[in-house]
Amino acid sequence: MRPVLVMLLLVLAVFAARAGEAPPLAEDPVVEQRLLAIAEEVRCLVCQNESLAGSRAELALDLRREIRHLLTQGKSDAEVLDFLVARYGDFVRYRPPLKPTTWLLWGGPFALLAAGLFGLVLFVRARQGTGAALTPEEQREAAALPDEGP
Amino acid sequence: MKRHVLIPLLLFMVLAIFLAVGLNRDPREVPSPLIGRPAPGFSLPRLDDAPVAMALAPGFGPKDMAGKVWLLNVWASWCVACRQEHPVLVEFAKSGAAPLVGLGYKDRVADAQGWLARYGNPYSASAVDADGRVGIDYGVYGVPETYVIDKAGTIRFKQIGPLTREVLQAKILPLIRELEQ
Repeated sequence: MRPVLVMLLLVLAVFAARAGEAPPLAEDPVVEQRLLAIAEEVRCLVCQNESLAGSRAELALDLRREIRHLLTQGKSDAEVLDFLVARYGDFVRYRPPLKPTTWLLWGGPFALLAAGLFGLVLFVRARQGTGAALTPEEQREAAALPDEGP
Repeated sequence: MKRHVLIPLLLFMVLAIFLAVGLNRDPREVPSPLIGRPAPGFSLPRLDDAPVAMALAPGFGPKDMAGKVWLLNVWASWCVACRQEHPVLVEFAKSGAAPLVGLGYKDRVADAQGWLARYGNPYSASAVDADGRVGIDYGVYGVPETYVIDKAGTIRFKQIGPLTREVLQAKILPLIRELEQ
């Protein structure tokens, strides 16, 4: 009877150990949350199509460490972004600020849309003027066609 | 009606020009916001002449270069393009146009020293940035990178990627001459 009990206890102990919660990755989950939010907004310069949050490049690791360091020092999110922009330029932000050098970037699509609409209006107007009327010769040809239908 | 026939052709040409320009630009070259700004200060251990594995004392920084036009070359012994760039640096150092300072980025002291012993040391001073903190301050994202810093300690030019003789002749040497005035 006793060996069975011991075995049962051992099995239970294994389950108990497995049920333990995984330890949190960082000491401060709030800082980690903010770090992630900032890093999602920033481009990794080594692999430019990845965000700083998603990149495994060494520079991205270093920068995340640096951001974590700044956040634990009590810096605001805006200050951390400024820190990155001061070093790597507006290019690192997925949503660059609106300022003279980025006017074309923000306004370009709308300017293209406006130009397209303008061209469409011109095109339609031009067609309305000339398209419908037949020349005298065409009218004669049309008259010469045999009448069909109702 | 003849006029309208040309419009698609013109649109195509505009598109082709934009694509040609886009293809010939290097997307890895991000203009540095640090140009025209003071070179970030640092105090780092010197690499040169220190025995291997000795604890290096911090001490070298841009302050030591004040009053000079100088080049800061960020490199590493693990960096392939640095090897390619190295002969150009050695040539530049021999010409004596301006002092060249090396910043060993995320490198081990022993590796960096071995590299310099093997390929020649073009640097008048070498600092070690083991954890890459100074590299972050300088906006380094791909070694090698080279900065031209003027007498007042302002960054005037940044070369991303290996220095070539062409860049040296066309941009850096004229800039040094101008800044020396």
